[in-house]
Amino acid sequence: MSSMAKQAQQRIGVLQGTLDMLILRTLLYGPAHGHQIGKHIQRTTNEFLQMQHGSLYPALHRLERRGWVVSQWETAPDRNREFKYYRLTAKGRKQLVAEESQWKQMAEAVARVLWPAAEES
Amino acid sequence: MNWWQSNRWNSKKRDADLERELRSDLELEEEEQREGGISEEEARYAALRAFGNPTLIREQTLAIWSWNWLESLARDLRFSLRTLCRTPGFSVIAILVMALGIGANVALFTVVRGVLLKPLPFDDPDHLVMLYEAGLHEDDTAGSNPVAGGMYDEWKKQNRSYSGLALAKGIRVGLSASGGQLPEKLYSALFSWDMLRTLGVQPALGRDFTQADDNPAASGTVLLSWGLWQRRFGGDPAVLNQTIHLDARPYTVIGVMPAWFDFPDPSTQLWTTVYHEKREDEMTSFSNHMFRVVGRLKPGVGASQGVADLSVISQRTHSAHLNDPFIFQSAKSRPLLEHIVGEIKKPLYVLLEATCCLLLIACLNVANLLVARAAARRKELAIRTALGGGWLRLIGERLMECLLLSASGGALGLLLAFAALHWLTQTRHDMSRVESIHFDGVVAAFTVGVVVLCALFSGLIAAFSSSDKRILGALHEASRSVSGGNARPTLRKVLLTLEVGLTVILLVGAGLLLKSYKRLRSADMGCLTQDVITMHLGIPDARYATPAQRANFYDTLLDRVRALPGVDAAGFATVVPGQGYQMDWTFSIVEHPPLPQGTGQFALSRWADPKYFHAMGIPILHGRTFDGGKRLDAANEVIISQSFASQYFPGEDPLGRHLRARGKNAVIVGIVGDTRYAIGETPKPVQYYPLDAGVETVGTLTIRSSRDLEQFALPVQRIVSEMDPDLPVSDVLTMNQLLGQSTLDQSFNAALLIAFATLSLVLAAVGLFGVMSYIAAQRTTEIGIRVALGAKREQVMRKILLDGMRPAVFGLVVGLAASLEAGQLMRDLLYGIKPLDPAVYGAVAATLIAVAAFACIVPAWRASRLDPVQALRAE
Repeated sequence: MSSMAKQAQQRIGVLQGTLDMLILRTLLYGPAHGHQIGKHIQRTTNEFLQMQHGSLYPALHRLERRGWVVSQWETAPDRNREFKYYRLTAKGRKQLVAEESQWKQMAEAVARVLWPAAEES
Repeated sequence: MNWWQSNRWNSKKRDADLERELRSDLELEEEEQREGGISEEEARYAALRAFGNPTLIREQTLAIWSWNWLESLARDLRFSLRTLCRTPGFSVIAILVMALGIGANVALFTVVRGVLLKPLPFDDPDHLVMLYEAGLHEDDTAGSNPVAGGMYDEWKKQNRSYSGLALAKGIRVGLSASGGQLPEKLYSALFSWDMLRTLGVQPALGRDFTQADDNPAASGTVLLSWGLWQRRFGGDPAVLNQTIHLDARPYTVIGVMPAWFDFPDPSTQLWTTVYHEKREDEMTSFSNHMFRVVGRLKPGVGASQGVADLSVISQRTHSAHLNDPFIFQSAKSRPLLEHIVGEIKKPLYVLLEATCCLLLIACLNVANLLVARAAARRKELAIRTALGGGWLRLIGERLMECLLLSASGGALGLLLAFAALHWLTQTRHDMSRVESIHFDGVVAAFTVGVVVLCALFSGLIAAFSSSDKRILGALHEASRSVSGGNARPTLRKVLLTLEVGLTVILLVGAGLLLKSYKRLRSADMGCLTQDVITMHLGIPDARYATPAQRANFYDTLLDRVRALPGVDAAGFATVVPGQGYQMDWTFSIVEHPPLPQGTGQFALSRWADPKYFHAMGIPILHGRTFDGGKRLDAANEVIISQSFASQYFPGEDPLGRHLRARGKNAVIVGIVGDTRYAIGETPKPVQYYPLDAGVETVGTLTIRSSRDLEQFALPVQRIVSEMDPDLPVSDVLTMNQLLGQSTLDQSFNAALLIAFATLSLVLAAVGLFGVMSYIAAQRTTEIGIRVALGAKREQVMRKILLDGMRPAVFGLVVGLAASLEAGQLMRDLLYGIKPLDPAVYGAVAATLIAVAAFACIVPAWRASRLDPVQALRAE
């Protein structure tokens, strides 16, 4: 496999893990459908994370297959139409905690390398 | 509902669910966009932009739920099938090419396995050896000399290494007419009573020989082959204990052998006991070497140990009879299997190597076709890669395509192999162990292995050729194909070079065998080979007991045959040229001083009637033929061949000298031209004795005529049956057929190899043609510009032609170099030519260049005819 292909895969891998965490964190506020989740992530990051909402769905279904979220068709209060709502499970909550702490550790580690002076002071 | 159906049902439900989810979310996005105050149509586009490609998303999302490898395999399979069906021409050619390669390999592997690799069907065959006498001369290490009856006796009595030593000799007997069936001449074998015990074989019906059956005083007993029992006795078990007549003597049928049993020879139909048949002096002689001896080594005794044991006995016997110069001093052994298949081993392996070459060429060709198609599909592949088609997915797909191709090819090839083997077992009864050739699990596994290997080989070559990731380049190139991409044509040229190289090796091999065969067939036999028909005839000792009876029989027969209309000449001899070595006698020259003790002379010996030489066209160089008036004991003349004269009478006139052989003196009355006892052998000294002495009972009638030879078969048969209704006439063969039969192996090998070579030549030509057409088509625009700028058509043509010839010439050089090595492997199979035969190499080079030029000339011509305007517009 060429190095180019490897690089691409690694980048996707990082994104995937992050995206999963962001979805789980969003669902912590309560059940939401795909469109809401996408909008929320985009808004909260101040449009920093530019993504097509569509790319959420593979991630959502992956989470569902792993049992971290469950889905159900429910009528939206403001639209009078059914949407597929995703809800966090207990397993999902645990996963979120684990991922959060992992992310934190990693961020700290990266920070220590990037700004060693900050730690000295 | 099984899991597969439920899985399908689930996935359908999931698909519908997902579609609904995506639709509802997309509609929401659209609504929100509209609420932002833009038109409906714009809102839809904006929503789609924000959302992404719904189809792709659906596919990717569904993939999360799928049974990954299984479904992707099924999908690859479906996809490949569709791709192959879209280009039926390509698929059919590729499958046919694969079928030929795989079929040839499977067929030959089956033969090699059946004949060479399978153990003999005897009990514990690893302990069975064939024993030979050796060491008459110091340099006598090769060869497989038969064993003398006396020596066998000594070995059997004194050895401590073998649990069994048994004797065999192939002969021919006449089965008398009985129950309305005609008399016939059969191949038969003499066994010592313990042969079947030594081999560990039981008759299928009845009993084995016992020691009591195996002596001159016993009444005759015979074992029938399964085939003879079925054919002549209708497979009736009541044949047991019945009496049949062999050479006019009565024998009791004691058993029937199993159908597979064909020792010592595939054509053997009867077995009788050797001590009952042979005279005592033949069974006790130390110098009359005529038997095959099979030994079974005792457990724990090695082959060399056994041979050492026997050699001591031979040495002791030799020392005890120093006055006899023809007693061997040691023994030699070979595993029985090697003895049986020894002669066909080498040709089979050469043929197997040839089919491997053919398979490799077939794979290269398919790979080449795939590469060409990959090039044609470059744009499609680039687009798919751009859309995110995984690299592994694309390789997987390519491999799946190849697997489909080679599996279909393999299935077809299996049919081909089946047909080929059927044909082989039908036409080559004479081949050793031909009955053990059949399909089995190992062959099936071999086929599957070959199929997978072919798929991997051609698939990987093709896949790697299209694995470069310069997608943009490919897309650009495809949109403006001014110059064809360089990478692919280079790879294809390398493949072509290899293909041409392999083809050259096959062609050289085939050429060498063909030339060798031609040499063999055109070797001067020393006698007529046209316009002569031969018939085998033997009169039973029992009915023609006295010399006078025998001589009278021959006289009457020859007189009546010569009286037939159209017969130009007729003669009778025990052995005619081309029938093999058969018989030799020791002799001494009366007028010469006696030879030192322990040395002796021997030469081929034949009996012939006075007009035999005339009938066969063997020239009488000096003196005259036999005096027809001298009969029986008075027939004391001998005629020698030219090489006899020059070897034993150097600088001396042999006429009038006397030879002493078998205790009698004979005067030399003539010298005749040399003949070959077998095609491909150098002429050896021969001594001819007069048939009129009435000694011999078996021989060959020869008739010379300028008419259609076959028409004499019936009248001669009628004459013989009028003289003796029990007498079979067999082997009615023209001299040409007789020689053809003895070169059957060579012609067979040459024919097969030529077929393989021709096939690969065609494959190489097709490959060359394909590549050149493709390259020329790719350069359409370039050529158009060149022509528009004033390039001459001849120049264009020459350029394309040279471009195509380069890989061919390069492959030719590589192939010729490799052939030097391959030719050495074939050295043993060649007659009269060296492996480095310049004429063959030259012919191969010329053929290949011609074919390559022919394959290139059409694309080149087409390119040179291009209309520049059209070529440029084609963009």
